[in-house]
Amino acid sequence: MSTSVGDVVVTGLGATTPLGSDVASTWDALLAGRSGVSRITDDWAKDFPAQLVARLDTDPAGQIDRVRARRLDRSQQVAVIAAEEAWRESGAAEAGVAPERVAVVFGTGIGGALTLLGQDDVLEEKGPKRVSPFTIPMLMPNGPAAAVGLAVGAKGGVHAPVSACASGAEAIRWGLDLLRFDRADVVLVGGAEACVHPLPMAGFAAMRAMSTRNDEPERASRPFDKARDGFVLGEGAAALVLERGDAARARGARIHARLAGAGGTADGYDLVAPHPEGEGAGRAIAAAVRDAGLTAADIGHVNAHATSTPVGDTAEAAAILNTVGEHTLVTATKSQTGHLLGAAGALESVFTILALREQLVPATANLDDPDDDAAVQSLDIVRREPRRAQLTAAVNDSFGFGGHNIALVFTTP
Amino acid sequence: MSEDIQTGLAEILEEVAGVAPADATPEKSFTEDLDVDSLSMVEIATAVEDKFGVAIPDDELANIKTVGDAMSYIQKNKA
Repeated sequence: MSTSVGDVVVTGLGATTPLGSDVASTWDALLAGRSGVSRITDDWAKDFPAQLVARLDTDPAGQIDRVRARRLDRSQQVAVIAAEEAWRESGAAEAGVAPERVAVVFGTGIGGALTLLGQDDVLEEKGPKRVSPFTIPMLMPNGPAAAVGLAVGAKGGVHAPVSACASGAEAIRWGLDLLRFDRADVVLVGGAEACVHPLPMAGFAAMRAMSTRNDEPERASRPFDKARDGFVLGEGAAALVLERGDAARARGARIHARLAGAGGTADGYDLVAPHPEGEGAGRAIAAAVRDAGLTAADIGHVNAHATSTPVGDTAEAAAILNTVGEHTLVTATKSQTGHLLGAAGALESVFTILALREQLVPATANLDDPDDDAAVQSLDIVRREPRRAQLTAAVNDSFGFGGHNIALVFTTP
Repeated sequence: MSEDIQTGLAEILEEVAGVAPADATPEKSFTEDLDVDSLSMVEIATAVEDKFGVAIPDDELANIKTVGDAMSYIQKNKA
C-alpha cells in the first residue's frame, strides 16, 4: 500500500519466552534446537490427559520490581518485560518522541486468567472482603496493553485486540494501520499470554486440542509431522517497535526490517475448526502480499502458525501452497516454543524478522516423518537444522479460534 | 504501644506499597508523600485488620490522610 507516510519499519524487538529471557537468548536457543517443553510435576496435573507445558525460561516476577510485580498479572508482567526491551532498543524515548504521538497495541488471547482464578479461590475460601482491589485491573484483557502503555508513557492511544491465537499478529496489523493513518509516530505492538493453570489446561484438553505425548515432552510439539497429536501450551510475550521509515532513518535508528504489508480475514466457517483447505487463511496471506506490493515469488520464507494439531497444520499447508507456492522455505517454531496463544503472532514475527536479518531460517523440530497430506508433501519445510537462504521478503501468519486469520509481510530494510 | 503500631504499619506499607520503613513517619501523607494510591489504601486497610484486629470502614478510611492518622485510628480502636 503506497501512502503519503511512506514505509513502516521495525526499530525494536523484545521477548521473554520458554526459550529465553530476551530476544538474543531466545533466538540462540531456537537455532540450537533447544525445546522449551516440559512435563508438569504439580500434583494437580496427575490425572490430566495433557500434562505438557512450555513454561517461561525466567520467572517474570523476579525480573521486575517486587511492588510493581504484585500489582500485575503474570500476563502483564511478561508484556512489560518484552515491551521494555523493545522500547529500550528502539531508542525512541531518547529521540524525544512526544508521548501524545506514542501508541500501544498489545493483544492477549485469554487475559488475566491466573488472577481471575486465583481471586475466585480467595472469594470461595475467605469471602468477598478479602478479594484484592487489583483483581479487575489484573484480569481485564486490556491489562497487558494498559500496563505497557503506562510503562513507556504512551498517550497516543492504547489498544488491545483480542482474537485468540491471532491477537499478537492482529496487534501488529493495527500498529501498521495507526502509522499509515498518521495517528501516531511510534507504535509499540505485541502480544502476551500466561495462563498455565488447571482450568485452561482442562478446557483445551477437553477440546482434544492438546498433545498427550506426556512421556516425551520435547518431542510433543511436532508441526506437520505424521505423528502430531495437538499443541503444547506455552507462556510469554513479544514486542516490536514500529515507526515510519523516514523518521527512523533521520534519527539513525537501527532498522531490523520493514513491515511491508498485512492482511486479515475471517473464515466464516466454524467457531473453532479451521476451513479444511485454509480458504480464509489463504485470503489473508494473499491480501498481505498484495498490500506489500509484492508477488508470491518474492516470499522466500513463511513462519507458519502450525500448532501441531491434526487439522490445523494441513489446512495451513494448503493455504501456503495455494497462495505462496512450493518455492518458499517454511518453518514452524512452535515445535520448540510451544503455543503462546495471544503472544504467538508477535513472537513469530520477531523470528521472521530475525530470519530476514540473519538470512537464516530456523528448523522445525520433531518433523521426522512429514504428513502424507499432498500440500505438506509439496512444501519445503526446513527441518533438522537451520538453513541459509537469500531472503528479501517473508510472511508470518497467525490464526485464532473464532476463524480469525492474520498475515504479515516483512522485508529486508 | 505507639512504637509497635508505627513499626507494624511500616511493615505493611513496605509490603504493599514498597515504602521504605524509615519514610513511614507520622507526618507523611499517603498520597502526597508516599505515592500510595487508592487501591493500595484498600489493601493497607485489609492488612491492618489482619495485623491489629482493627477494621477500618470505608468512610473512616477516607479520613485517614497521613501515617499518623492511621496510627491514631488503630490506637483508638484496638481492643
